[in-house]
Amino acid sequence: MKAKIRKLVVVVDETRIEMNKEVKPATRRAVAMAVIENPFAGKYVESLEELSDIGEELGGLLGDKCVQALGIQPGQAESYGKGAIVGEAGELEHAAAILHPKLGKPLRKAVEKGAALVPSAKKMGSLGSAIDVPLGHKDAAFVRSHFDAIEARVSDAPRANEIVVAVAVTDSGRPLPRVGGLQTSEIKGEDGLR
Amino acid sequence: MSELIEVRTVLTQAETIYHEFGPVAGKPLIRGAVAAVLKNPYAGRYEPNILPMMEELNAVGLEMAHRLVAAMGVQADDIEGYGKGAIVGAAGELEHGALWHVPGGYAMRELLGWKGDRDSYKQGQGGGQKGLEAGRALSIVPSTKKVGAPGTKLDVPLTHVTASYVRGHFDAIEVYVPGAPAADEVVFILAMSTGARIHERVGGLKPEQISKFDGLR
Repeated sequence: MKAKIRKLVVVVDETRIEMNKEVKPATRRAVAMAVIENPFAGKYVESLEELSDIGEELGGLLGDKCVQALGIQPGQAESYGKGAIVGEAGELEHAAAILHPKLGKPLRKAVEKGAALVPSAKKMGSLGSAIDVPLGHKDAAFVRSHFDAIEARVSDAPRANEIVVAVAVTDSGRPLPRVGGLQTSEIKGEDGLR
Repeated sequence: MSELIEVRTVLTQAETIYHEFGPVAGKPLIRGAVAAVLKNPYAGRYEPNILPMMEELNAVGLEMAHRLVAAMGVQADDIEGYGKGAIVGAAGELEHGALWHVPGGYAMRELLGWKGDRDSYKQGQGGGQKGLEAGRALSIVPSTKKVGAPGTKLDVPLTHVTASYVRGHFDAIEVYVPGAPAADEVVFILAMSTGARIHERVGGLKPEQISKFDGLR
C-alpha cells in the first residue's frame, strides 16, 4: 500500500427519534476516516499523482469499512460523500489530488453502482478540525430526501504533515424527509441525476 | 418580513487568495459566502407541513445572492462556482435545513443567468432541459446541512456552475456566524467563487471542455 496510514476511525450515527417522533426504520450514516502521512508536506511539488494513487486505495478501503460498519450488503447503500482535511504543512490541492482523480471508482464498487457524482468538501485544518462531508444519493443526485451531510473529525489529526481522508456512506436519507422533490421510487439511475 | 420570515442578521464574507505557498496566480481567486440568520417558525415542535416557508424563502435567497456578488466586488458573470448550506438551531430538526434546497439553488441560478423551467426545478428535476439555451448555472448546487449551536461552523461545498464534473472547481468554504443560530433560529448560507482552486493541477474536465450542457459535463 502506498498510503502510510497512522489510524483508522469509523463512526456510525443512527437516528431513532427526531423532534420526539420515532424514525422507523432508524436512519444510519457511517463515516470512515484514515489519517495518512502527506508525502508532499512542506514543499511545493508539481505532480501530485502519488496522492491520487493513495486516493484510489482509500476509496475502496474506507468504502468497505462503511458498508461493514452499517452491516449491509453493498447494494443497500443509498447515499455517499467524501472529504479531506489537510494539515498545515500541506496545501488544499493535496486534498483535491486524493479525492477527485481516482477515489470514486473503487468507492462505487464498494457500494455497488453509484451513477451519481460523489459530493465532496475539503479544507485546511489542525488537530480535531471537523469537516462536513456532503451526502447525496448514489444513483440520482436530485433525490431531495438524501441531501445531507455528516461531520468527520479525528481528535488528534491532522498533524501538520498529515491528511485526514473521510468517506461517508448511508443506508437511508434524512429522518422524516418532507420537502418534496424527486423520490427514491422515481429513480431511473441512468444519467446520475434523476 | 412575514409570519414565516424574520431575518435577524445577514453576514457576508469574502476572501481573496493570491497563493497557497506555490506560484502566485495571475488572477487571484475570490471566494465568498452570505449567511442569513432567520427565526425558525417550526422550532420546538413537529410540524408536518413545512413547505409554506420554502415558498417564502425564494425572495430571501435572491436578495442574499445579490448581496453576496456585491460583497465579493464582482459581477454575476464572474461567478464560476457555487454551493449552499444550512445550520439549524437546537430546537429545530435537520429537515428544516432542507427547506433551503429549492430557494437557495434557485436564487443563485436565476442570478447567474439560468433560463430553465422553474416548476420542474421545484419538483426536483433540475432545469428539466439541456443545452446552451438553458444558459449558465446548469449544475446541481452542492450542499451541506447540520444542527448546531451558536457559532457552529459549516463547510459549504463548491462546484462549477455549469458542469459539476469540472475538477478544478471542487472546493469548500467554512462559514459561521458568531452567536447564531440560537435554538429557535436557522442560518441559511450561499457561497460562490470566481474560479478554480488557486493551484489547481489534478487534471480532469476543464471549463473550456464543457460540451454536453447537461449540468454534469
